[in-house]
Amino acid sequence: MFELDKWQEIYSTVRKNKLRTFLTGFSVAWGIFMLILLLGSGSGLENGVKEQFKGGATNGVWISSGQTSIKYKGLKTGREIRFTNEDFKSVKTSVDGYDRISARLFLGNRLISFKKEYGSFFLSPCHPDYGFIKELEMTRGRFINNIDISEFRKVAVIGEKVKSTLFKGADSVPMGKYINISGVLFKVVGVFRDFSRNDDEQKRVYIPISTAQRVFKGENVINQISFTTGQASAEEADLMIRKSKSVLAKMHTFDIDDNRAINVWNKNEEVRKFRALFAGIRLFIWIIGLGTIIAGVVGVSNIMMIVVKERTKEIGIRKSLGATPWSIVALIMQEAIVITSFAGYIGLVLGVGLLELISKKMPPTEFFRNPEADFSVAVAATVLLILAGAVAGLFPAIKAARVNPVVALRDE
Amino acid sequence: MKILEMIRINQIHKSYITGQNSLHVLKGIDLQINAGEMISIMGASGSGKSTLLNILGILDTYDSGEYILDGLLINKLSERKAAQLRNRMLGFVFQSFNLVSFKNAMENVALPLYYQNIPRKKRNIVAMEYLDRMGLKDWAHHLPNELSGGQKQRVAIARALIGKPKVILADEPTGALDSTTSMEVMDILQEVNASGITVIIVTHEHDIALRTKKTIRITDGNITEVVEN
Repeated sequence: MFELDKWQEIYSTVRKNKLRTFLTGFSVAWGIFMLILLLGSGSGLENGVKEQFKGGATNGVWISSGQTSIKYKGLKTGREIRFTNEDFKSVKTSVDGYDRISARLFLGNRLISFKKEYGSFFLSPCHPDYGFIKELEMTRGRFINNIDISEFRKVAVIGEKVKSTLFKGADSVPMGKYINISGVLFKVVGVFRDFSRNDDEQKRVYIPISTAQRVFKGENVINQISFTTGQASAEEADLMIRKSKSVLAKMHTFDIDDNRAINVWNKNEEVRKFRALFAGIRLFIWIIGLGTIIAGVVGVSNIMMIVVKERTKEIGIRKSLGATPWSIVALIMQEAIVITSFAGYIGLVLGVGLLELISKKMPPTEFFRNPEADFSVAVAATVLLILAGAVAGLFPAIKAARVNPVVALRDE
Repeated sequence: MKILEMIRINQIHKSYITGQNSLHVLKGIDLQINAGEMISIMGASGSGKSTLLNILGILDTYDSGEYILDGLLINKLSERKAAQLRNRMLGFVFQSFNLVSFKNAMENVALPLYYQNIPRKKRNIVAMEYLDRMGLKDWAHHLPNELSGGQKQRVAIARALIGKPKVILADEPTGALDSTTSMEVMDILQEVNASGITVIIVTHEHDIALRTKKTIRITDGNITEVVEN
């Protein structure tokens, strides 16, 4: 069906009917152009939101203590729950399947200085695993380790922003230097970068939680327990959360369904919600895009119908010279497919080109960045185009094959 | 030498039904044409001569009777088979030339070979030979609307001949031409006939009919007269 000769036949017809071909192709090119643009915008939106989720493992779970809101076993509401190291140990031993686990203490913003430079930075005591839970990148040195915890070492890991504020000029290398945190000296052992878009996350100082409890609190209290769920499924992750809740509820005597006694933030669930949202948006875009393409296909079909009518005489001539009905069907179908594919391809290229341009020239905003049409979209669009061409050509081709040469060749 | 029968039709009937009315166009035609004959069919418009030619050209079907072309019964053929027979056996020449307007002379002539799946290069070489025979080699790359009536008809004849047909069917081949050109076209058709191809010409012009060997007159769906010229 697709031998070279047929192509030359189509090419010669198309070349000699430029305007007609252009008009036929335009609607399809437009349809594909719009589809690509819409899909690109959808992906831009998605990329923007994904960026919001950066800085912290997507399978992370954060459990913070709060105040009870349900009466339980004769205890009144409004009771403050205070986690301790024992809670952390219980969760650690009784919950199965977590990957990394860490407790945190909230000490708020502290005045931190080095020589004459100072600033107010968020002090965040934690366990060694927290570096993994936050997916921090160490640009220098190391994160907190187990020996720091067990020996109550006064060491600090500072954010890039902290480094650039405190360490300037001749003192630009922070490693091994001592910073003053609320009057206590801590040795800098590492510098980190946080991938979060939130600038404040770069302005943190992490110190061993054991040291912080001893130096700043004088008691073994923690505010938050966080862990990552590894390769666990959504259900397994929910089970882990349920288990931690029950352990904590038992330790502190509160209703396990009291959502304010402890506050759980399951990032995976948030990510899943957004994935579902974007799957919906993508479906919506495809529906609109397909609608546009269908409009184009109907246009092509319409024009091809007129073309067949216009070419009735030619088809009659071809039949008298020995053209079989199938060869006429192939002639019209192939022309429709070639025109839609070619025009659609132009639309595709223009659409992708415009997306590239937007992605290069437009600064990413909070909810929109890097609009793109990936390879699978291009493949899907190509398949769609060929199908669209076939559909567009089908009815005109059948009509053409039914042309009666006696009628077509009758002299008016 | 044995005379071969090229066309035989026995008691062909054909009616056209339009709504409630049935129009009986051919009322039992019998005709026998030998290979290498050159005949003309004459008749008033509406006499059924064009219908007869369409049936002979396998462009139209008949209701009853028999049509045997070169020993082959032509009846209830598939469209595909009919197309193949037209391609291999028959060549058409029309009053209005019926050239494909966006194809040049050479491409028009080559078209029947396209449906024989002959490669383009070879097609064009053969088409050039036939155009050369018609004295139109220099016009090969001109579109039909750049040619005169006589030139167009010669292109059409070349196209009819390129498939090496056994029968040429010409429907008023000189109807759109002046008398000088008409005679030139008839010279060509006589040459074609001299090469052994059966030629059937539908015409209403006497001087054209006189240049064939036999004239068949059709009146109101019946053959009323056969004259040897």
